[in-house]
Amino acid sequence: MLVFLTLVLAAVTALWLYAVYRQPTPAAQGIDLADNDSKLTRQHAVWIIGGGLVFPTVSMLILLAVSIPVGNLMSGLPSEADQALRIQVTAHQWRWQIDYLDGTSDNNLASTQNALHIPVNAPVHLYLSSADVIHSFWVPRLAGKLDMIPGRTNELRIQADEPGVYPGLCAEFCGLAHATMRFAVHVHSRDDFNQWIDSQRQQVDTVRLELLQGEVPSGE
Amino acid sequence: MENDVDAGNPQSSARSAQLNADGLALQLQRTWANPSGWGALAAVSHGTVGLRFMLTGTAFFLVGGVLAMLMRSQLAVPENTLLDAAQYNQFFTMHGTVMMFLFAIPVLEGMAMYLIPKMTGARDLLFPRLSAFGYYCYLFGGLIILASLFTGVAPDTGWFMYTPLSDANYSPGPGPDFWLLGITFVEISAVSAGVELTVSILRSKAPGMTLKSMPIFCWYILAMALMIVFGFPPLILASILLELERATGMPFFSVSGGSDPLLWQHLFWLFGHPEVYIIFLPAAGVVSTLIPVFAGRPLIGYGWVVFSIVLIGFISFGLWVHHMFTVGIPQFAQAFFSVASMLVAIPTAVQLFSWLATLWSGRVVFALPMLWLSGFLVIFVCGGLTGVMLALVPFNWQVHDTHFVVAHMHYVLVGGMFFPLIAGLYYWLPHFSGRMPSYMLGRWAFWLTFIGFNLTFLLMHLTGLRGMPRRIYTYETGMGWDWLNLLSSVGGFVMAAGIAMIIVDVAVHFRFGPRATRNPWNAGTLEWAMPMPPAPYNFVSIPTITNRYPMWTDSNLPASTEAGEHWLADASHGRRETLCTTALTGMPVSVIHLSGNSWLPLWAALAMSALCLSLLAGAYWLALAATLGASAILLRWSWVNGVHRDAAPLSNDETTELPLHSRTVEGPGLWAMVVTLMANATFFLSLVFGWLYFRTVSPQRIIPAEIRVDMAILLFSGALLLLAYGLYNNAVRRIRDGQGAGLQGRLMVVLFCGLIQNGCLVWVMVTSPLQVFDLTHDALVLFLLMYLSFHSLLCWILTALQLLRVRRAYVGVELPYELIVLRPLWIYSTAVFWVGMALFFGLPLAWPAS
Repeated sequence: MLVFLTLVLAAVTALWLYAVYRQPTPAAQGIDLADNDSKLTRQHAVWIIGGGLVFPTVSMLILLAVSIPVGNLMSGLPSEADQALRIQVTAHQWRWQIDYLDGTSDNNLASTQNALHIPVNAPVHLYLSSADVIHSFWVPRLAGKLDMIPGRTNELRIQADEPGVYPGLCAEFCGLAHATMRFAVHVHSRDDFNQWIDSQRQQVDTVRLELLQGEVPSGE
Repeated sequence: MENDVDAGNPQSSARSAQLNADGLALQLQRTWANPSGWGALAAVSHGTVGLRFMLTGTAFFLVGGVLAMLMRSQLAVPENTLLDAAQYNQFFTMHGTVMMFLFAIPVLEGMAMYLIPKMTGARDLLFPRLSAFGYYCYLFGGLIILASLFTGVAPDTGWFMYTPLSDANYSPGPGPDFWLLGITFVEISAVSAGVELTVSILRSKAPGMTLKSMPIFCWYILAMALMIVFGFPPLILASILLELERATGMPFFSVSGGSDPLLWQHLFWLFGHPEVYIIFLPAAGVVSTLIPVFAGRPLIGYGWVVFSIVLIGFISFGLWVHHMFTVGIPQFAQAFFSVASMLVAIPTAVQLFSWLATLWSGRVVFALPMLWLSGFLVIFVCGGLTGVMLALVPFNWQVHDTHFVVAHMHYVLVGGMFFPLIAGLYYWLPHFSGRMPSYMLGRWAFWLTFIGFNLTFLLMHLTGLRGMPRRIYTYETGMGWDWLNLLSSVGGFVMAAGIAMIIVDVAVHFRFGPRATRNPWNAGTLEWAMPMPPAPYNFVSIPTITNRYPMWTDSNLPASTEAGEHWLADASHGRRETLCTTALTGMPVSVIHLSGNSWLPLWAALAMSALCLSLLAGAYWLALAATLGASAILLRWSWVNGVHRDAAPLSNDETTELPLHSRTVEGPGLWAMVVTLMANATFFLSLVFGWLYFRTVSPQRIIPAEIRVDMAILLFSGALLLLAYGLYNNAVRRIRDGQGAGLQGRLMVVLFCGLIQNGCLVWVMVTSPLQVFDLTHDALVLFLLMYLSFHSLLCWILTALQLLRVRRAYVGVELPYELIVLRPLWIYSTAVFWVGMALFFGLPLAWPAS
């Protein structure tokens, strides 16, 4: 795409410069200046219809032909939601709250802040929302950006092919600390991920239990 | 004054013709001159006001430029501490706001206001006081917005003001209020310029100048003016709603009342995308005007270019969603807007190849303006191509809100608007200074600007592709952005140096530039028929024009115009006059009597700034007083209009065979009323859009089970309105037929019905148990009622004013014009009432909420 468009730019510029510096043929003389209905001559019709109509239409059809399959590749990850891990991401000014949902019910398995843990080579279904203003979820190496809008939930499916840490950020201006509203996606091997979520789950259960038994200091 | 009288005449008659022409010019000068000293503030001439627009716009441009330099300094190195986050957010918000609203649009409007009458053979724009009023609204609105910058409370939520970041919860400071009120104030100026330019182009062309033979520039400006008329009202509505939400808590956009923040984005971009073409079209008009001049031959494919201008105008209203590809809209909608966005490439390419063909077949003189046009070509084509890339949705998901978009947008706006603007500046500079610019300095200025610009923004594409988001005040080192940002900043300063050099060039040319001969570029259009600098009345007499390049086909045109050989060569009556012609064919039908210098525009704009400031301060009683003051001034304005009996007496000095427009039943005022109502209808349709969006799309909508306004009284009020309209219409029809008897009585009955009708509406608003602070639904209903009430009141007041004028005999059987001008307002107010009833109360009955 880039090469093609660069060629277009170069060609148009070259035509312009040539048109400016060329010596016109004598045929250009003898125009009837008082004629308000002048029909295009054959040569001019080639310019305007060929260059103005046919050329952009054909170019754009080619571009669309190339880009539609790419678009389908990017957005068309398999959508069996049951098998995918489901994660709720809620943006706040200026942090990311991440809740890992149970496979069937919407029970919270675990929660993290500013860190999204996912297994490698597995589809992950994200529910994106916002608790205050509009933010936008973007992990450049995993997917295009998708806005997080209060009152709405947008769904995004991602899949990472390599373990590692992928930087993510807020891509919609959201106020004072927008520039530093970052997070990291930690991609683990399947086993590491299971281990991690189990440990998280135990912590959550412990906290729940303590809450039930009233053993957590109430803050006084 | 220069005068080359035809050498063929015998000497003595040449001398007496010369004396006559000089006498005529003197009379015209007396009639049309601006007052001097402080009185100059009361000047209304389009030349003066146009220049004021452009100079003020330049001053705002420099402010916006300084903000850009501060931002580039901050971003030059990673983790810089020159600016903090709060300052940076204010600066990028203000940079966008100032460049868009206070520089680009007003400067182009100013250029159009200056040039259009001179190109079409008119002596002034058709509503001179409105020009001046528009200028003062712009000036005061701009100063109010700037004041927030210098007091450190500038808006900091981006020039797009997305809710809920810009609402009272998340932006409790006064910044967004400054933006919403100030910009709305500036938009009054844009819309009034839009109306005025539309009507002036259509109705005051020289005799014989048809739509087909008017200069191509006029087509561009006509398209721009109509796009302003249809494009700005959605933003005006959105700004009013958001300001109401901020000030009173009516939840027009907030989820708590059941609304959706995306409604703001739709309304904003419904304005925001046409806005890009509002900026691009006049600049492209400069290109289409200059290229034939420097190629020395007519523009090839005039008809095709006109068609592509109209096409761009239409398509640009169907693209707004491409600013919202990442909000999570359905895929088929994305595909639709993606293809629509690419379609714009076709009319743009038609123009491009028309320019190329014109250059190809002409013998090109490579003067300074051509250099800037070449710069325009390279940058704009590049920006257009990245635009095609951005229209591809999957690519957009990656680079949306990165520096790639920043680069694209600057290529389109600076390339598409700034470069042609400077080409136009150098081209028309001799027209108002009478001197030629220096090729040497001008060339340096061009290359500095061109190289600086590309250094800054070409690299910025790469910065964006490497993932640097927009609107961040700092970044960490090691992301691969460091050297790119540093070079971009260096480039920014090189470009600033280039712009400084343009300013120096223009400034010194007033002193040292060589004197320009008449029509120095050998142009074909009428504005070069006048001496330079031009007289305030433009033409001593108005020539008949039969083709697109009158200066090429009639070498005697300047002389015969000045010798008073054409239309309206008489100023002994002391009236400011220009010709009114038919829109399509340019047949002269009447003489328009224009209003002269006036202080009213300044007073009106001052009263409205007082309103704006008191709203900012939350002093609502003061605001009410300012509103009453502004209304009183505006009513006074319409009382002393050009049709005033004392100013244009029904007397025996009407020597031309054409009647004054106030004696006719069809004139520019009627057209302006209709165009204004088109803007108004767009405002109303935006409200309807908001209402339907709320009822069908908003995911958290809350819709009360039953209608909670008193429908009986509301419908009674509507019936009375219909009755009043019918009676008014009848009175107008009778007076058109020459029956003046009983006119006062009829108007009194109209007023009586109107009074009860207004009372009913107010009663409904006051007594209905609407929860306007809790429910979006109810807030929208109340807003509709206020809108209807405002129109009923306006009809009532203006009709009452007409009754007074009938009593004074300023309006009557021989002067029916004003009553006819008012009629469309009655039709509109009645129609909008019943459409509102049907959509807000009827539709929910037929189609209950889900």
